[in-house]
Amino acid sequence: MSFLSIANVSKSFSGPPVVNDVRLEVARGEFFALLGPSGCGKTTLLRMIAGFETPDSGTIAIDGEAMNAVPPNLRPTNMVFQSYAIFPHLNVFDNIAYGLRKLKLPKDQLRARVEAILATVRLDGLGGRAADQLSGGQRQRVALARALVRESKILLLDEPLGALDKRLREAMQVELRAIQRKVGITFLLVTHDQEEALSLSDRVAVMHQGRILQVADPRTLYERPSCREVAGFIGEMNFFHATLREIAGETATVNAGILGILTLPAVNLAPGMKIDDHILLAIRPEHVRFAASGVAGDVAASTFLGERSHFHVKVAGRSEPVFVSGSAPPAGAVHLEFTPEKLIGLPSDS
Amino acid sequence: MKSKTLRLYAFAYLAFLYVPVLVLPVFSFNNSQFIAFPLSGFTTRWYGALAADSVLRHALSNSLTVGIVTALLSTMLGLAAARAVTRYRLRGAGAALGFISLPLFIPDIVLGLSLLMLLGAVGLPLSLAAVVLGHLLVCVPFALTVLIARFEGFDKNLEEASADLGEDGWMTFWRITFPLMLPGITASLLLTFITSFDEFLVAYFLSGTEATLPIYIWGQLRFPERLPMVLALGAIILAVSVALVIAAEYIRNLGVKKPMVGA
Repeated sequence: MSFLSIANVSKSFSGPPVVNDVRLEVARGEFFALLGPSGCGKTTLLRMIAGFETPDSGTIAIDGEAMNAVPPNLRPTNMVFQSYAIFPHLNVFDNIAYGLRKLKLPKDQLRARVEAILATVRLDGLGGRAADQLSGGQRQRVALARALVRESKILLLDEPLGALDKRLREAMQVELRAIQRKVGITFLLVTHDQEEALSLSDRVAVMHQGRILQVADPRTLYERPSCREVAGFIGEMNFFHATLREIAGETATVNAGILGILTLPAVNLAPGMKIDDHILLAIRPEHVRFAASGVAGDVAASTFLGERSHFHVKVAGRSEPVFVSGSAPPAGAVHLEFTPEKLIGLPSDS
Repeated sequence: MKSKTLRLYAFAYLAFLYVPVLVLPVFSFNNSQFIAFPLSGFTTRWYGALAADSVLRHALSNSLTVGIVTALLSTMLGLAAARAVTRYRLRGAGAALGFISLPLFIPDIVLGLSLLMLLGAVGLPLSLAAVVLGHLLVCVPFALTVLIARFEGFDKNLEEASADLGEDGWMTFWRITFPLMLPGITASLLLTFITSFDEFLVAYFLSGTEATLPIYIWGQLRFPERLPMVLALGAIILAVSVALVIAAEYIRNLGVKKPMVGA
């Protein structure tokens, strides 16, 4: 079933492992993202899939074929480099046709194929353009076209939108998704931009210090992160220390200290939690409301974000503010209410 | 005031550098055997005498052969070493580079003498081939310096992209590395050729009976009446050397400023 299969892969360059016992299964035709902060090992993992680095241990298989001993030029993968790596001495057409030499296509077929892919990335008519006469967005498209034209099994994208400005990046995100649907190739994207990963991908793997913390679809990742690192890396999250008091049927009761006794759906607890366990209670800012009664606090700071604002609410007995997302609060002292079904219980760090 | 002094100094310095060199072409056109002012009229007869001298033609052809072979070999060796040093995480790369560059700092007379003794010890005859070997020691560091600088301004991802697009190491070299390194390679060929062509001491020790051009010139100095002809020869060598160095620098800068020459 699985198309790209990464089994127990580790890699270190002089020092602690950069990629540590990673297991990953990616399905055919999937748009999959590796998300993590810089230095988390995501690019090294991508380069191992492309064949530029060799795993110290573990196996990488594509479509059932072990890849460990296969050099990069014989792998069924193509890569869009972060620097784009456009060949500076070749024009757009020759850059894209570069990887088609071995097919020995007749001239008109070669031309047709290059022009078709130029149309796909919306660079029609730019084949004769010299490499140094391209804008950042155009270079990105040439790199994409050059990798796509070979119709390999997997397209690897290393921070492909990182060098573009915000507006162009957002436009390219939409386009990238459309292109992937059109060509139907498996896309594996490496990014540190959580928005990009969430908006583009079918599934996301969150990496941290060489390990994969969670693999899930974007909604699950956002609503049900499996640990504090994932929750903190994707969007904003409030954390409270709490103790699990009771699980009765579908409802769990926790003692959350300054927040008092709270109930939440038992399914929102991480698996394997027992009564009296110390847990981390987490809730997104948009699920905290200003109300007539509840936890008392003072608004310490606010950020206007357009349709809504972001508030830092100081609560007695807690050093960190509680983040609340919503419309303007009542003046002076406020009370906070937490949507019970949006509370989740994560394993405590300690 | 200060700038005036500096300007004067700069002029004096440039004069010190180039007036002696300019004496060569000036006297090579002087219609007199004696190297003395005032000049006694214009002539090209010394150049004509050059063309008629068969010993000189032989020495010139020896020098060209040694220069071309040395340039090709040292650039090839330099290319391999420069790529290894800039592309791979090699243990001891710094030390190796240091040792390769060391002959630059060993006096040529020591180099020539030790090579002479070595050749004698292993029983190899003195020959132009021996001169090429000696010149390689001097020229490879030059080639390496030029080529490393070029490799460092060269995105390593380009070679990876070529591999990713299905080309093996050999085709990647010819389709990507070689065309992008061409300005550096050309500069290296020109510089090493000139270095070899002008080199006297090592060639003097190792050439045996086959004189190179500098050795021929040295030999001519014993005959005062042939001095103007030697000056004419010197003037030609000077002009060609300057032209080659300018060409090498031009090509090298061409590549640095505009590495993206569209096809």
